[in-house]
Amino acid sequence: MVEAKFQPGDRVKVMKAYPLGHIRTPYYIRGCSGVVERICGAFPNPEELAQMRSGLPAQPLYRVRFAQADVWPDYRGGRGDTIDVEIFQHWLDRE
Amino acid sequence: MSELGKYAPLTYFQLMEVSLRELLVEKGVVSNAEVDAVAADMKSRGPERGARVVARAWTDPAYKKRLLADGTAACEELGLDVPALRLVVVENTPEVHNVIVCTLCSCYPRMLLGLPPDWYKSSNYRKRVVREPRAVLAEFGTRIPDSVTIRVHDSTADMRYMVLPMRPAGTEGWSEERLAGIVTRDSMVGVALAQAS
Repeated sequence: MVEAKFQPGDRVKVMKAYPLGHIRTPYYIRGCSGVVERICGAFPNPEELAQMRSGLPAQPLYRVRFAQADVWPDYRGGRGDTIDVEIFQHWLDRE
Repeated sequence: MSELGKYAPLTYFQLMEVSLRELLVEKGVVSNAEVDAVAADMKSRGPERGARVVARAWTDPAYKKRLLADGTAACEELGLDVPALRLVVVENTPEVHNVIVCTLCSCYPRMLLGLPPDWYKSSNYRKRVVREPRAVLAEFGTRIPDSVTIRVHDSTADMRYMVLPMRPAGTEGWSEERLAGIVTRDSMVGVALAQAS
C-alpha cells in the first residue's frame, strides 16, 4: 500500500493530464484545486486493473471538495456550492 | 419481452450481453441458473432497504452518528448485507442539500436502493447535475433556496453515496416503520425531499 501523502484539510491540485486508458478522474476536474475532505482508504489502481494487472500497491483514495465557482467559470448558484470527487493520490499535487 | 409478442431487434448492447452470456455458459464459466439467480436477486432489492436505514437514523440520534461516521458498519448493524460497498452517508440539513451522481458511469448504492432509474444513468443527468444542480433539481420539482449550500457528490471510484434526507415536519411521534414509508428513492439520491404525506 502506498502511504497517504495528504490529510483532510490539505489543499491539492488535480493534474491536468490526458493519458489514454480507463481513467477515473473526470475531465472536468483536471487542473482544478480543492481541499481534501477525507481519506477513503487505499484501493487497487483502476487504471492497472483495467489492463488485467493487480493494481497493487493500493493507491490512497481521497474525497476532494471543490468550490463550484472554481470548477465552472459560468456557475450560477450559491457561492458556497461545492462538488466532491473521489481522486486517487497519483492524480494529486500539493498546492 | 412484451406478452403480445411484438418484435423489436436487439440493441447493440443487448446483443453484446446475450453473446457474452451465451459464451460464458457454453464454456462452463457460469450456468444459466446462476445468471438467473443473480438477476432475480438484483431485481428483488429496492429502496425500502435504504428507507429502513433513514428511518432508524431519524429516530435514534446515536445510530445517526454512527451512520454518518461509517455507513457500511451502520448498515450491517441493521442486518443489511452491503458487500463490496463502502458507503458514505451525507446528511441534508437546513443549510446544506446533497445530491448524488456518477458522471463516469452509473455507480449507485444498489444494495440499499436497488437498480438505478434510467434518468440516473442518462448522460443528460450526469452531465448537467454537476454544473447546474439547481436547475436540474428544479426540473424534479425540488427548489432549493440560494441561501442553502448544494453539495454534489460524484461517485467516481470505490465509494457509494446515500443522502440522509431531512425528517419532514409533522412526523413527530411516528413509528420507525411509518417513517420508512415516506422515504423515497429520489430523496435518498437527493433529487427530492422527504414529504410527510
